Amino acid sequence: MARAALAGSRIRERRLSMGLRQADLARRAGISASYLNLIEHNRRRIGGKLLLDIAEVLDVEAAHLSEGAEAALTGTLREAAADAPLAGAELEATDDFAGRFPGWARLLSEQHGRIGRLEQSVEALTDRLAHDPHLAASLHEVLSTVTAIHASSTILVETRQLEPEWRDRFHRNIHEDSSRLAEGAQRLVDELDAGQRRDVAQVSPQEEVDTWLDAAGHAFAGLEAGAGVEAVLESAGLSSATAMSLARDRLERMATDAVALPTEALAGALGAMPRGEVPDPTDLAARLGVEVALVMRRIVTLPAELADDLLPSRPGLVVADASGTFLYRREIAGFPLPRFGAACPLWPLFTALHRPMFPVRALVEMAGRSEGAFDVFAIAEAQGVTRAGDDPILRSHMLIWPTEAGGRRTRGVGVTCRICPRDGCAARREPSIMALGA
Amino acid sequence: MDKTVLLIEDEPNIIEAISFILSRDGWRVATHSNGVDAVAAVDARKPDLVILDVMLPGRSGYDILRDLRAAEATSDLPILMLTARGQTKDREMAETLGASRFMAKPFSNAEVLETVRDLVRP
Repeated sequence: MARAALAGSRIRERRLSMGLRQADLARRAGISASYLNLIEHNRRRIGGKLLLDIAEVLDVEAAHLSEGAEAALTGTLREAAADAPLAGAELEATDDFAGRFPGWARLLSEQHGRIGRLEQSVEALTDRLAHDPHLAASLHEVLSTVTAIHASSTILVETRQLEPEWRDRFHRNIHEDSSRLAEGAQRLVDELDAGQRRDVAQVSPQEEVDTWLDAAGHAFAGLEAGAGVEAVLESAGLSSATAMSLARDRLERMATDAVALPTEALAGALGAMPRGEVPDPTDLAARLGVEVALVMRRIVTLPAELADDLLPSRPGLVVADASGTFLYRREIAGFPLPRFGAACPLWPLFTALHRPMFPVRALVEMAGRSEGAFDVFAIAEAQGVTRAGDDPILRSHMLIWPTEAGGRRTRGVGVTCRICPRDGCAARREPSIMALGA
Repeated sequence: MDKTVLLIEDEPNIIEAISFILSRDGWRVATHSNGVDAVAAVDARKPDLVILDVMLPGRSGYDILRDLRAAEATSDLPILMLTARGQTKDREMAETLGASRFMAKPFSNAEVLETVRDLVRP
């Protein structure tokens, strides 16, 4: 039985804090007390009208009960459990744990993220020591010079009756080598210093940029007004040169997009779409006479006030290259995008790569989660002009709209194999730790 | 004693110091300082022992070692490898390729002398 992650726990919590009896809430929501009891213990799925009714009685937003940061939180907790299978974390109690001890759960999840970042830094540093050609060259130089000095000075000390010309010669060699050693040692120190400066960021540059974009809601009023990329970048406060360069790339792309499809034009087209339905980006592209991928990128960068007004909900977007590497990510509740490692190959994001320029639309549901379904549009478009004899550089885009399945047939997908409970999946590439737990 | 050591190394002052101590000990010392034609130099001089640096301009000491071991004339020739990286990986690599001995920089004159005497008994 699929369970609404936490929704039941939150209903119960809210009801108790209002001093409402289960029977009263059940009556006012028009269901039996025993059914409500099942819901509150996360044994029955809840959504649609019933959720709205209960939310009204409890005087909270339905969204507050059904989705939110906790969905991402339990996802991270499952990931953390997958990383340490021997610890024996009680996977079946993940939702319960996050619901009852939200602070501890957040702490665990933050630490899991931090461990991941630290592991990456350690790997980068190890890599650096083993493969950095400058560091290896400096070290080699220092060791060689030390060897030469050592050999010459031993000769001077240990050879009895050393002829004056030899003695002078070795003295001169030692003198030469010691200057070289001083320079070499300085270079080595500089190298190590530079390494330290480079690794000062605790998070990867990619992650720093993602966090910054999320904080800004992916919308930059200055950019829309033509203020220029550098002005926006200056106020970003990014710590590393790599992050700055990544952010500059993103902003330049956003600025180009903003010129190609101005906010007013997109808002106009969205306003003309049928209300209450998920906006079809191919439809919008046709109306506007622009590329589908451009529409997708622009929809997620709509300023908050316009998005609230024109969109049925906030969509997620992920852009990947042909290797499946994420180039851009905007996550929404219920559809986590894996931070490290590869995503589920069943995502339309990847099927779109099989037939470039053909839009893919699918109604998908995340296995083992119950935040509802997602109306997903994907298209792979070529980046720039492809010259004769070259292969096109494809960028696959996937726009993710939260929706309700409403009895329609859905396609089951996962986040990534390790935390995916999908049984008998032909696309599985590694065993799941969820198969038995969920 | 009339034995020849061929020292293949690119650091001039190391060449000078090692040549000096080996000559004083009665060895004939020939030197060569680049990797590209090192194998040809060994074939031409036919030394009794080769001291081979790993980091040489033009060609890696490991590649030279591999070629020397593959050739019949030098398959048993005593070869002492010198390297500035004393890592296990390098040592294993030298052993796999058939080095007679392996010595990490910085080494001492006495060590070199002892090893050379050990590898070529007069």
